[in-house]
Amino acid sequence: MIIGVTVNGFAYEHDVEPRTLLVHYLRESCALTGTKVGCDTSSCGACTVLVNGESVKSCTMLAAQADGASVTTIEGLADGDTMHPVQLAFHEHHGLQCGYCTAGMVMAAVSLLEEIPDPSERDVRVGLEGNLCRCTGYHNIVESVLAAAAQMRTQAR
Amino acid sequence: MIPAAFDYVRAESADAAVAQLAEHGDEAKLLAGGMSLLPLMKLRLATPAVLIDVGRVRELSYVRDGADHVAIGALTRHRDIETNDVLARECGVLRAVAAQVGDNQVRHRGTIGGSVAHGDPASDLPAALLALDATFVAQGPDGTREIAASDFFEGFLETALEPDELLREIRVPKTGANSFAFEKFNRRAQDFATVGVVAARTSDGTHVGLINMGSTPLRATAVERALAQGASAVDAAALAADGTEPSADLNASVEYREHLARVLVRRALEAL
Repeated sequence: MIIGVTVNGFAYEHDVEPRTLLVHYLRESCALTGTKVGCDTSSCGACTVLVNGESVKSCTMLAAQADGASVTTIEGLADGDTMHPVQLAFHEHHGLQCGYCTAGMVMAAVSLLEEIPDPSERDVRVGLEGNLCRCTGYHNIVESVLAAAAQMRTQAR
Repeated sequence: MIPAAFDYVRAESADAAVAQLAEHGDEAKLLAGGMSLLPLMKLRLATPAVLIDVGRVRELSYVRDGADHVAIGALTRHRDIETNDVLARECGVLRAVAAQVGDNQVRHRGTIGGSVAHGDPASDLPAALLALDATFVAQGPDGTREIAASDFFEGFLETALEPDELLREIRVPKTGANSFAFEKFNRRAQDFATVGVVAARTSDGTHVGLINMGSTPLRATAVERALAQGASAVDAAALAADGTEPSADLNASVEYREHLARVLVRRALEAL
């Protein structure tokens, strides 16, 4: 079947099998390998992308379901050489160690801050419960998201 | 993990979905948000020949304030339930339960109708709707019919929906006092409940639903009866496992689930 998906602002059109998962579509058809496959059972969140602005686990969505939608992956967050505030905060606050969960963690955080611009620490911890990190113990990830939230509120003023 | 091959068709309306179900028979499955069905298909525990995607049927995404009930379109997402103003006023318990389904990513995709039609005893919303005496509206080739929640969940992942029927709407009676409690016990934040309890005090008594205590969502009928006869929360909660048939898995033994049910029902009743 032919699907058309806008990914990071670019319009793509591909002929895919109906059973193609969105994460495989992004990685293999669109060659955007920033989105990772982690557990492949919608537990770990490594494959999190935004569909029409909201976080979803792309291992548990068909590419066909994204037909006509706007998808944002980690590659689409930065503005040229300028990192997105959440990316910058993860960099500055060392919100990662091995980095495998990072793309999904950042995308989940971007969606969370869209819904809760001024989160408490608990809001962040609860809001990221769909994303697992096996390295950091989450402390620096939470710090990063709180710092990004503060930065984005300053920018919005 | 990749699902077995299937034919994909997209329904743009409820009528179209019912027509496609009639055409493809029981080889077909409806796809709403896909949060339950797609994992089963990836594990090849479900291998439908035809997938009818109803995810874009906007006419079935709504929350409406009826005279004596709140009507919720089957394709209303968990996210839209947990943030809905009508439900905040009329049925806060449903918002509280929806807010703890899965995680943010799951709630952005998953729908209340998908959860009900899947009929998983470990899911939060089916047990909550059973406890609240909800009614489900099914649409088939000959029109619509109403099914009481108490008649709906027939067995493990089995419901009263016929293969040619689409779940259209969930009707929840207005609970009045809006005093409720939701206790969900699990090992990781996003997991299904090892055991869960939904309790609501309404004008006609205290309703208690049990999550993951048998092959279907359950009512804690012994607890409800004891409370109606004046028992204390502690005494009533001691009956929470009566009439249940929980299974054992890697998270809990039968005995542990029974213990959890008693503890969680007591906590829920004491919070009302």
